[in-house]
Amino acid sequence: MARKSMIQAINEAMHQKMKEDKTVVVLGEDVGVDGGVFRATQGLIEAFGEERVMDTPLAESSIIGASVGMALNGIKPIAEIQFMGFIYQGFDQILCHVARFRHRSQGRFGMPMVVRAPYGAGVRALEHHSESTEAHFAHIPGLKVVIPATPVDAKGLLISAIEDPDPVIFLEPKRLYRLKKEEVPDEIYRTPIGEANVAKEGSDITIVAWGGMVPIALDAAKHVGSEGVDAEVIDLRTILPYDLKAITDSVEKTGRLVIVHEAPRSFGVGAEIAAEVAERSLLYLLAPIKRVTGYDIIPPLAKLEDRNYPSADKIVRAIHQTMEF
Amino acid sequence: MKSELIQILDEKGKCDVSLIEGISDQEIMKMYRLMNLTRLWNDKALSLQRQGRMGTLASVRGQEASNIGMALPLQSGDWFVPAFREYGAMFALGYSLRDQYLYWGGDERGVNIPENMNMAPICITVGAHLCHAVGIAMAAKLKGEKSMALSSSGDGSTSQGDFHESLNMAAVYKAPVVFVIQNNHWAISVPFEKQTATATIAEKAAAYAIEGARVDGNDVFAVYQTVKKYADMARNEFRPALIELVTYRMGDHTTADDASRYRESELVREWEKRDPIERLKKFIMAEKKWTAAKDKKMMDELTAEVDTAVKEYENFDSPDPSSMFTYIYNEMPWHLKEQMAEFESGAEEGGER
Repeated sequence: MARKSMIQAINEAMHQKMKEDKTVVVLGEDVGVDGGVFRATQGLIEAFGEERVMDTPLAESSIIGASVGMALNGIKPIAEIQFMGFIYQGFDQILCHVARFRHRSQGRFGMPMVVRAPYGAGVRALEHHSESTEAHFAHIPGLKVVIPATPVDAKGLLISAIEDPDPVIFLEPKRLYRLKKEEVPDEIYRTPIGEANVAKEGSDITIVAWGGMVPIALDAAKHVGSEGVDAEVIDLRTILPYDLKAITDSVEKTGRLVIVHEAPRSFGVGAEIAAEVAERSLLYLLAPIKRVTGYDIIPPLAKLEDRNYPSADKIVRAIHQTMEF
Repeated sequence: MKSELIQILDEKGKCDVSLIEGISDQEIMKMYRLMNLTRLWNDKALSLQRQGRMGTLASVRGQEASNIGMALPLQSGDWFVPAFREYGAMFALGYSLRDQYLYWGGDERGVNIPENMNMAPICITVGAHLCHAVGIAMAAKLKGEKSMALSSSGDGSTSQGDFHESLNMAAVYKAPVVFVIQNNHWAISVPFEKQTATATIAEKAAAYAIEGARVDGNDVFAVYQTVKKYADMARNEFRPALIELVTYRMGDHTTADDASRYRESELVREWEKRDPIERLKKFIMAEKKWTAAKDKKMMDELTAEVDTAVKEYENFDSPDPSSMFTYIYNEMPWHLKEQMAEFESGAEEGGER
């Protein structure tokens, strides 16, 4: 056990799985000699050689499309897309092929592959470097969409993703890559896909968040805790298939729900959660469901970035409104 | 630029036999049989469609030599990655006539790729599967296998970004892959001249530093020999290749299309003179490898084979409606289980179904 950042935990997961399973390969832009622009793949090319750690041409569609072919032929690819904003040149492959091969081949071929991409705002980046578009992928039957919020979960979830017989879109909150370290087990372990984590227990109000929003939601919970409001924070961890039961169990206990995501509000994952909670747990609700999200706008560049990004203050205000309803 | 047309068997059925010394009489008759089978299957499918007994499908008429010639050089362990106008190639590799009818009749169970067959399912979106062929080939190389992947697509696919990305990546990784382009001159209504400004597709290979060849796609010998040569090179030397098969789409794009809206019928009549089956028939008759009596017997057998497949297709039980939930994930997640249960309970009430 040692204290590791999220980026170290992600690196360790790939390193250990590549060592254990010779069919696991890594491919993407700058993942080899450079070790990835965030250093997620650092040291892999030295350990496993350029046959299994491939610096590909700058071409997202064929990075993902070739991964499809490799998965068909007994190799388990981990494709890195350098930033989520660049994934769309490979989106056709994900939507039309990655997600469909199992069905299209009537079970003859699964699609065991992982597409990793750093996502989210909060790092003062260029255009296309701050997107949080998990909803696009969550709307695609056949995919799994995973977003860790801690180093421990990042390692355990990535190992589960690599071992999963179905394709996993693995979105990494780049703001958290080096934000904090925690004790991460040295050995291989698995965090189950599809299970939420109660990051903080509470009895008065439920806050659902994922990825980069989890520490901010925890800050907000701490703040209202000092005012006597006992908030429960659920770290969703998997967006598809998501752990609705963890949410309804919590809401049926607290009677109140605030959903936090940095992606645009309309037609977002928060809308889906709100709809399901309304269908299943409406009569437990003591106040309307509230969402704290990014606006329905293009993510602003550095100077206005924080005005769009959900802050602990915005979440606290939403908690107040919900509690006072 | 390698853009001269490779031809062995000309339009009159004449052939320099020294160029086909590697092809046995048995193989020639296999080609002839499969090309006829493909045409009979295809014509039957079109006729069924017009009677409302078949779904929308893409006619392969005129492209039988391309289809059969590209498939037969494949060896055990090789992969075939088709688009959607490759029924003949699929049959040549052992795909069932009935299952092909089932698929185009709207039943997913028609996608029935046997475990011992390395074939990707039909790819409807244009050009995306070239990337898959590259990945398959990269995986084969990584595993140290001596096998290659062959993709087939049409002239329209060469305008796609995935065509460029695939050829580039294949060249960079020296992947054992052959990209076969059936240049049938039409992408629905858009003629080849509007698809690209290059005179040929084969010359595009130069941009990727891979092998390129341009072949008379209605000459089964030239297609077979060229594909065999480059498949062997891919398998043994990790040299990818681009092969343009110059052929012609004799029918509409699909049964939902009407080519008379955009194509002069004289063009089609010109290509009728270059029919791939007729020229092979002329050759085998002239070479005394075949007789009219044998031909009639074979055609009767093939017709019976197709008729049996049609019967089996039409008598196939209906699919279990719940099967549409089966292959989305390896293990069904909770939300799909719920939706399937909802769907099935609706059936009991006579509602959902």
